[in-house]
This record gives sequence, structure tokens and C-alpha cells, in this order.
Amino acid sequence: MTTADVVGPDRAKPLEEEQLAGGVRGLYERAWLNLRTGNLGPVPIIVGEIAVVVIFGFTATNFFTSVNFVNLIEETAGTAMLAFGVAFVLLLGEIDLSIGYLAGIGALVVAELQLPGSSLQMNGILAMLIAIAAVALIGGVQGSIVAFVGVPSFVVTLAGFLVWQGVILNKLEQRGTIIIQDRWINYTDLYIFSHLAGWLIAAFFTALYPISILYKTIVARGTQIAQQNWLLVGVKAAGIAIAAFGTVAICNHGKIIDTPEGLPLACVIIIFFFVLLTFLAKWTTFGRHVYAVGGNAEAARRAGINVPRIRVLVFMISGATAAIGGIIFAAQVNSVALTFPPGNLLLNAIASAVIGGVSLFGGRGEVRGALLGALLIGTLQNGLNTANVSNGWIYIVTGLVLLAAVTLDTVARRLQARSGR
Amino acid sequence: MADTPLLKLRDISKSFGSVQALNGVDFEVSAGEVMALVGDNGAGKSTLVKCIAGTHIPDSGEVLFEGREVHIHSPKDAARLGIEVVYQDLALCDNLDVVQNMYLGREAQRFQILNEATMEHHTSETLSSLAVTTIKSVRQTVATLSGGQRQSVAVARAVMWNSKLVILDEPTAALGVAQTEQVLELVRRLGQQGLGVILISHNLHDVFETADRITVLRLGRNVGVFERLKTTQQAVVEAITAGVPTRVAGIPSTAGAGT
Repeated sequence: MTTADVVGPDRAKPLEEEQLAGGVRGLYERAWLNLRTGNLGPVPIIVGEIAVVVIFGFTATNFFTSVNFVNLIEETAGTAMLAFGVAFVLLLGEIDLSIGYLAGIGALVVAELQLPGSSLQMNGILAMLIAIAAVALIGGVQGSIVAFVGVPSFVVTLAGFLVWQGVILNKLEQRGTIIIQDRWINYTDLYIFSHLAGWLIAAFFTALYPISILYKTIVARGTQIAQQNWLLVGVKAAGIAIAAFGTVAICNHGKIIDTPEGLPLACVIIIFFFVLLTFLAKWTTFGRHVYAVGGNAEAARRAGINVPRIRVLVFMISGATAAIGGIIFAAQVNSVALTFPPGNLLLNAIASAVIGGVSLFGGRGEVRGALLGALLIGTLQNGLNTANVSNGWIYIVTGLVLLAAVTLDTVARRLQARSGR
Repeated sequence: MADTPLLKLRDISKSFGSVQALNGVDFEVSAGEVMALVGDNGAGKSTLVKCIAGTHIPDSGEVLFEGREVHIHSPKDAARLGIEVVYQDLALCDNLDVVQNMYLGREAQRFQILNEATMEHHTSETLSSLAVTTIKSVRQTVATLSGGQRQSVAVARAVMWNSKLVILDEPTAALGVAQTEQVLELVRRLGQQGLGVILISHNLHDVFETADRITVLRLGRNVGVFERLKTTQQAVVEAITAGVPTRVAGIPSTAGAGT
């Protein structure tokens, strides 16, 4: 659901006669221009994802099954959630190293609040809301130290990394594991929609892109701005429809013994936040200001933007997404254990955003990059797992893919600079 | 003097600790006029401009805007009056496109959603009203623009908000010959459109190309105000380097000024 595209360079509005032609020729010219100038967008990562799927489809025995597909979604959901927050923090030109353990804190708070037999034993939904708010607040405090005091975010969040790790250790060292029994909490990763509900959800999300285009066209009516390339819109809409209905079709096809599978709630949560955060980044003043602060904080300040406020809010988003991701991870195993968060969660989340093309230096990248990156890493690790490759090799391959993706991006950007775009 | 000047400063003083940066300076600029502000380093140009832009508050003296006395305490006050400053180190975000930069901090919205169509439309309009034709697309990022084009965007942004007075701080400092010409042309056009323009520059060539009048400061005091058509670069250079700082009573008549 790449609603964000419409705002980007796609809608270039030439003042002069350089106007790109419409229709097939326009699409071809645009693609060629982008290719020549190294403006590849999400194409390489989508190609990479397809390649990974094809390779494992042939090499790993249980990879190309719908049950594994559902597994893949449930495994990737938490990482993708954290990667969304990472994308925002990176857009600002900052870093948040604490999210791995903030995810742990989110899960821990939920587990404590729902604990049967304790004085609290709260409703799961309420517990989750409280946990998300609490961790967002922690993010806000860390962000305030960055924004108002001026301590580098690397240091503040490294301190957070240690502190929150310590808190989790203290809480769980004696008890080892807290079991989560509340069904609402466990649903976040494991609930499976009925087939019909799956189709309806796919239809809903597929409709969002055409609706966004329709809205833009209505708003632009009567002004002199360039029209959409309708062929490109059609191609994108078709791509989104195929992805959405394809996902549901594969999920619905699965059967564990005799129980039919379906679309997992985790998938819907991820897509929901993807749409929400893309909207926030690309359609609202706040998002515009995040890009501005990441691009040139001084210019943003002179333009009257309240830069510290933007910084604090972004760290709060980072905290909130970390908490949601943490809850999803906890739901996956119905518990919070001392081993939480799962190994490499922080680095996987950052790698996801970076593979997805979000610049470490701020101001460049998209929320969709985080989703695509998480999907690529998730598929890769799932595929290697099902192919019975050792953990060591999984790390090595993930590392090499990260390096390759960023190298490709850097080379493409150099081309872009050379062609003066 | 038939019209009241757009902006008139009377007897402005400002000191930082023991350093007297401005000492009883008078200054004025009329609507539709390009007033150059020149002087050697440390003459007080920047301080004077910051007093107008609200970054500094003068210790004494009065500021008249459109004939009324005003107190400018912050950049926001200045903006409210219609005073915009274009800084030397361009305050643009490289990663944003032209439209996004033009509207930065004052985005047009509809139901809390950015109204891209309106912003794009007005940006195109503003640029073409200033005859900025070298920018191919208002949706290209500022990083891809040349220095002159960026400066044009920065100036256009200052103009777009119904501003009455535009202050340009060394607008051509970092530009090549052709790009400088582009920007000077733009500065002249601002004057023709009825805005007051204050041009701060070290480059007398630029000043003589564009300005209607030239105010010379030296060591925080007025040396004099020259009308471009009645003076020479020689005379202005002398005023900058060796002029006798005077407390001018009133400003020389503008009658027959080069407009």
C-alpha cells in the first residue's frame, strides 16, 4: 500500500515543456529516467524478496507451504513493528538502541498486569494499552534528554539499553518466566481470521490506495498541477491487490492437521500500523517536519518548527512501536522469559529499516522500507531455518545481505549525485 | 519626502557588554526600493539587520514600520509585520523538494491533511511571478538545484508570505557569475513589485547593479546615504574605508532618487 509514492518524485510537475508523456510511453520514460539516475526506489528489495522466495522454494522442503507462510508472518510481525519506529528515528538522523529492551519492558508490563492471582489481573486490552503508553513515556523521557539537554541519542539510548536490560533481569531472575494467559494478548500474534474475514480485510486495504489517489485528484481539481500517470497508478493498485489477496489466499489455504489456517491478526496489525505511520509521515505536518529536522535541523528551526517537540514525539513513537512489537513477540510464545527479547531483535530491526533504504543520516527513506526490509530479513532467516542451515550461517548471510543492500543504495546515490538529481 | 518610508530606524544603539556595535544609527527603506547596506567587517550591518529581524532588541532608539512605532522582540513579531530574512547560509532542507521548502513551517492543510495541491499550485505561481524559469520541476529536491536556483527558492519563500520587506544577507556570496546575475535580476524584480528590499553585500558591483540607494556604516555609525545614480563606486569605497562617522541629523532627501 504505497500511498506515499504519490507525494514523492513520481508526481514531478515540470514547469517547462519537459513534461513527461502520459500512458505507456510516460511510464517507460520515467522508469528509464529513474534507472539511469540511480533512483531505484523499492524495486531492488522487491526483486531480492522474490529471488529469496524462489531459491528457498526449490531448496528448502517445508518453505513453500502455506503453514510456513503463516509462521513467517507471525515471526516477522514483531521485528517489522520495531523497524517502523527505527525508520522514524533514523529519518530524524538519530538512533535508538534501547528498543530491544523497551520491547521487553512492554511485554513485561503486560505480563505483570494480566497475571492471574495477582491483585491486578487486568483485562488484556487495558493491560496492553497501559504498557504501550508506559513505554512511549520512557521513549519520551529518553527523547527529552536528547532534545533538551543535547546528549547524543546514541549515548542516551545506549544507557537505556543497559538500564532496561537490568530492569528485566531484576524482575525475571527469580521467576524465570511469566506465563501470559489472557486471550486478547495472545491473539495479537496467534489469532486467525476466518476465510471470509480475511478476504474482506484484503479488500479493505486494497481499496485504500485508490481512495488516496481519488482524494488527491479531487483536491487537485481546478489547480494547475500535473495529473497522475494513470497507468502507473493502475500498475501499483494491481500490485497491491495481488499482494493483499495473494497473502489471504495462501493463508486460507493452510491446514494444520485438520484445522484450517487463515489470515493471522499479526499481519493485520502490521499492515494497519504501516498505513497509519505512512499517513503520519507523508500526509501530515508532523511527518513533513520530521523529514525537515532530519534534513537540516537549523533550517527547520528557522522556519519556525519546534524541533525539540518533534524529537521527543519521534522517540515516543519509537517506544510505542517497540512495546507493540514486544507484546507480539510475547504472544508468540505465550510468555515473557529471561531470554526476552529474542536474540538480535535490535539489530534485525535496525537492519530492516536500513535495508529498506532509510538513511542513517536522516531525512531520507520511507516507512514502507522498514516493512520490506523486515520481510526480506524474515524470509531469509525463515528460509535458512527450514533448509536446516546452522545459526552461524544465518547470521553470516543476514550480514552480507545488509552489506549488499546498503552498498547498492550507496552506489545508486552516487549515480544520482552525478546525474544532478 | 512625500511618502512615509516603509521602515525607518531612528537613533538606534546597541551594545554587547563594552562593545558598542551600533551608535545612534539612522536607517530607512521605502516600498519599491532596493536599499543596500554596506560597510566593512564590524561596521554593524549584521547587528542592525538583526535588530530589524527581531533577533536582537536595540538598547535605544525607535523603529517605525509604515509610519507607526513598533517593537520587534522576536523573529515572529518581524514575520507578523511582513519582514522576512533570507540568510546567507541558505535555510533550506536539501532532502525536501521545492514546494515542501517553500511551505516549511507553514504548511497548508485541509482536515489536518497536508494540502499538496494548493501548495504546489501557489509555489508554481510565486516562482513564475518572479520569473524564476530555470527550475524545471517544483517537485525536484533542493539538493538537485544549483546555487542560484536555491537562492531563488529562498527568496521566493520570503516573498510568498505577503511580506512587505525582504532582507537579503549576502545573497550572492557563494555564487558563480551567471547565477549571481540571476539572483540580482530577482532582487531588482522584488523592488519593481513594490516590496522594500534591504541588500547586505560586500560586493559593490552587485550593489551598483541593483540598489537604488546605499547606506554606508562604519564602526557602528552612519557615514552617509548615497543615491546610486549620483555617486560612484570610488566614493562609496572611500566612505566604507575612511568615511567620517557622523551622527546625521535626518537622512538626505530622496528627491530625484534613481527610481
